Amino acid sequence: MTLKLTELDSSNLAGESGPAVQMAMSILIRMSEIQSAKSLISIVSAHIDSALYIGPATLDYAERLVDLGAKVCVPTTLNVAGVDHNGWDRWAVPPEWARQARRQMLAYKSMGCEPTWTCAPYQTEERPGFGDQIAWGESSAVVFANSVLGARSERYPDLLDICAAITGRVPATGLHLVENRSGQVLVRLKSIKSNLLDSDEFYPVLGHYIGKIAGSRVVVVDAQGGNPSEDQLKALGAAMASSGSVALFHWVGVTPEAETIQDAFNGKNPEKIIDVSLSDLVRARNDLSSSTSDRLDMVVLGSPHFSLNELRSLGPLIEGKRRHPGVRFLVTTGRGVKLLAEEMDLLVPLMKFGAEITVDTCILTTPMLPSGIRSIMTNSAKYAYYTPGILDREVVFGSTQACVESAVSGKVVKDDRLWVV
Amino acid sequence: MGSVSEKRREEVISGSKKILRGKPVISGYASGKLVVSREPLSFWGGYDSDTGEIIDRHHHLSGEVVKGCILAVPGTKGSSTTTAVLLEALQKGNAPLAIITSDVDSFLALALVVSEEMYSTSIPLVALGSEVFAELPSEGEVTLKPDGRIIVYPF
Repeated sequence: MTLKLTELDSSNLAGESGPAVQMAMSILIRMSEIQSAKSLISIVSAHIDSALYIGPATLDYAERLVDLGAKVCVPTTLNVAGVDHNGWDRWAVPPEWARQARRQMLAYKSMGCEPTWTCAPYQTEERPGFGDQIAWGESSAVVFANSVLGARSERYPDLLDICAAITGRVPATGLHLVENRSGQVLVRLKSIKSNLLDSDEFYPVLGHYIGKIAGSRVVVVDAQGGNPSEDQLKALGAAMASSGSVALFHWVGVTPEAETIQDAFNGKNPEKIIDVSLSDLVRARNDLSSSTSDRLDMVVLGSPHFSLNELRSLGPLIEGKRRHPGVRFLVTTGRGVKLLAEEMDLLVPLMKFGAEITVDTCILTTPMLPSGIRSIMTNSAKYAYYTPGILDREVVFGSTQACVESAVSGKVVKDDRLWVV
Repeated sequence: MGSVSEKRREEVISGSKKILRGKPVISGYASGKLVVSREPLSFWGGYDSDTGEIIDRHHHLSGEVVKGCILAVPGTKGSSTTTAVLLEALQKGNAPLAIITSDVDSFLALALVVSEEMYSTSIPLVALGSEVFAELPSEGEVTLKPDGRIIVYPF
């Protein structure tokens, strides 16, 4: 099978639009061949994860593109970066590391990307429409855009997302093609009670459980009655994209490509059916905690970045309370959401509670945590999944309410009432 | 994506030596100790580019140093930063000598394509398909040939 290029693709590859376009096109075409794509297609927007500083090679790559004169040719947002520009020095980020991370951020800004610096661009700046072809990086954003918005993106790895933004082209493969968007794995929640289905804590746990089994397959959830909110779907997707590689799920009756179960499977049969039991979920929930001790140094909420609604709902939970002096309480969000929240006075209760807010980045993408912080509690399956490996810290997973109560009491307070088998 | 045809599979048993045939995604030669992961791995949060250690504490190879080994892994999962982490590991000299996957893994392939583009150096990547992948022994010595053949010498 050979890859068919348009005249413009070929002239871009030949360097007629400059060396940056040529380099980006050359990488895209190598990848198209590896993925056995038959052609390239055009995209309407991009979301770039490559601006995250991982080390000298990622910086070198960014600055090489800038030196060659790279500019993006479609509206392009930026994912979390290596530092919170306005507050990194309040944390333990080494100044030299921050300097390198800033260099990499500036490189992507200078290519014409919008400095949104959030893993949840769909919460403010960039909300693709149904059927839009897009090239997004950031696993949790890709699964949201595909599943909840019905846009079409493959999972774009760092380094390739920017090639797509520079050329406006991607390999015609995977989830860009409608025939690859039908369900493969059916998840049934028949035995799950409605009080669990209604709780925020259910969705990250379900996602953690499904991701491990589904791998990269398209998941269909048949809940018969559940009506998850956007924030709950966000948590579900991020968890499935951490324990697995799920880039598209359909929730029957809720997400746009799954009005009915037949729509979700497009007439095909499921490759696998999973009947989820409460005891499966209890095991998955336990797996998200690495520690059984009640020591607590920090609570962190906001992976993916907290939405305006999540900030709003936090208010009543912390009203009239104050965190224990031995526990830091951090919320990570995007600068766009923070600005709106300030305008709406939503941050006042957080300040009274003694919370801190970090924008543009998160605890996983910048070395911000002081060494004294050994034990972390979170409501996020993504934070919980990656904390032991990336941060070498202990982690406890719990509901937002349990996180708040723990922060007040100074030690981990568990609430297992919903999870009694 | 790139499931490797069963017909490409050729198994020659001569003594304890075994030959598997795969698709050379990035063609090259490598020889060394085989480390086999039976589960997918996210390199971001799963691979330390400063040491070559597997650091995903949910993974069965957690704690194993695979720098200088030939890593067999069904594929990647999770974060889109996996590619960047492998590129860093290559640049720092802490990458595996070669990688063997089940299906063609575009996250890993991309790191090697960019490394060739930027630094004119890379490591081989071979996709075996799931059936042949399952025939890899848990440990042994292997030699990868540029045409995608893998010669396995079990311990």
